[in-house]
Amino acid sequence: MSRNWLYVLFWIFVSFLTLFPIYWLFVISVKPAVELFSTPDLILRDFYWKNYVDVLNDRTLRSYMVNSLVISSGNAVLCTVLGFLACYALSRFDMGGKESIFFWTITNRMAPPAVFLLPLFLLLTQVYKMGDFSLLDTRIGMILVYCTFNLPFAIWTLRPTIEGIPKELDEAAHVDGASPWRVIWEVVFPLARPGLAVTLILTWVFAWNEYLLAATLTNFNARTLTTGLSEYVTTTGTEWGIMATISVFTLIPALIVFGMVQRHIVAGLTFGAVKG
Amino acid sequence: MQSNRLGWLLLAPTLLILAMFGVFPFIYVLFVSFHQWNPFAVNPEMMFNWAANYRRVVFDAQFIASLGVTAAFVFFAVVSELVIGYALAQAFMKDFPGKAFFRTIHTLPLIMAPIIVGSVWKLMTTPSIGIIPHLLDNWFGYDLNIGQSATAAFVVTVIMDIWHWTPLVTLSLIAALVSLPPDPFEQAQIDGAGRWQIFWHITLPMIRPAILATVFIRLMDALRTVDEVLMLTGGGPGSATRYVGVHIFKEVFPRTNYGYGSAISVVVLYVTIVVCWLLYVGLIAPRNKKG
Repeated sequence: MSRNWLYVLFWIFVSFLTLFPIYWLFVISVKPAVELFSTPDLILRDFYWKNYVDVLNDRTLRSYMVNSLVISSGNAVLCTVLGFLACYALSRFDMGGKESIFFWTITNRMAPPAVFLLPLFLLLTQVYKMGDFSLLDTRIGMILVYCTFNLPFAIWTLRPTIEGIPKELDEAAHVDGASPWRVIWEVVFPLARPGLAVTLILTWVFAWNEYLLAATLTNFNARTLTTGLSEYVTTTGTEWGIMATISVFTLIPALIVFGMVQRHIVAGLTFGAVKG
Repeated sequence: MQSNRLGWLLLAPTLLILAMFGVFPFIYVLFVSFHQWNPFAVNPEMMFNWAANYRRVVFDAQFIASLGVTAAFVFFAVVSELVIGYALAQAFMKDFPGKAFFRTIHTLPLIMAPIIVGSVWKLMTTPSIGIIPHLLDNWFGYDLNIGQSATAAFVVTVIMDIWHWTPLVTLSLIAALVSLPPDPFEQAQIDGAGRWQIFWHITLPMIRPAILATVFIRLMDALRTVDEVLMLTGGGPGSATRYVGVHIFKEVFPRTNYGYGSAISVVVLYVTIVVCWLLYVGLIAPRNKKG
């Protein structure tokens, strides 16, 4: 019995190490700038909410928040729907080379994002444009660009769900005279809902958290919250309080979402790793 | 079976998007990499120049140095994560109160945006406002300055990566340990095997596939670390933490030398593919065949 308490103590220690950095982020966000450089105080004594008011009143940052929301929601819905249709095709049809296609979609996710920067930038500015309109610095452009890593992820995580839905069900509906379109949306879709929800949420978090592509492919109109964060780190001086506050704002939606799918997220994040 | 045409129709949007934003960029960049092209140079035209860009990449000391520090970073980060992750996974196998709660807390760093992780660690380690340099100075008289000491900056990026990603290793090893059958362990105990012997001869071989898969995933991810390092050190001081991704973002992208930048992107992609392939062939494939 007493050894159990040793484990509890050990895990309290580990949890402290895990939580402390997040706690410190919050501490900095509720401190006035003048107190930052005095002796750091481990315990939070009073709250100073001005940073939060400043961030919420900042029109630029507000528009970044809206951009982040629109881009990650649009991307998550697009990837989940397309991934669902693709997985349905992969599991129900006998297409030649479908396993190669499945593997090929995954390879898109393996490439380091940094090597995508210049290719995508050149493509968006030089090739994918009509007259004066280019996809650079647009929300729709970012929604499509994020598909390069989120769509493979959606396909990868949805495939077991779709394969797990018995084919007999849609064959029966088919015999009853339902059109393929109705079979997909009225038979398979409702059954796949739990898996779709997890995929939707995880792709949303990935898009919400993305920084590198947003930093290089947007200038102003489609800037996201994560890029706004780096704008407060400059060579002339960093606004630490604002930076911490934006971080908190970026973190909160991810935490809420994490609470929603906490049990599934483990399987999602370690995808593939535990198969062996 | 329904007609395959419908299947292709359902797959078409996915294939189209991935081709447009995943594959075509690389065909295009491969094409550009054989040209001299700088829209802001004296001569902004695109000119075919054979492999001149690639020759420059191979002799680019900055680029080679960044590959070197990347390798060191990946090595130290992944090895530490594996050791700590395994220890934590073992500490999780016993029954104790609040297990699920502790696991949830341990998972938290995984959902944090890399850029937020970078900003969190920046707030903790920047001299004069960070708590860590302050405590180290008070307790040990050690001056931690990630803005000046190359070693300190490197070590802090490794620790940050450990903080961020060890939970992933722990979770996948817990999954592997839970699924082990109890019989071999009971038998070994009856036969009088020591703890170390059991670990070395039974546990390790049995969870080897999971370990290899985890190493594979972590290596891939560590190779692509950019955001958090960019935020924490910006690649500095000097080029101490300028890992490949950071190098592209800070040095290659802002210069408008498109031909050369394309060549670097192609080379980095190639190196990544080769590393992956070597790992797969050398580590994972033979085990699967045997098992």
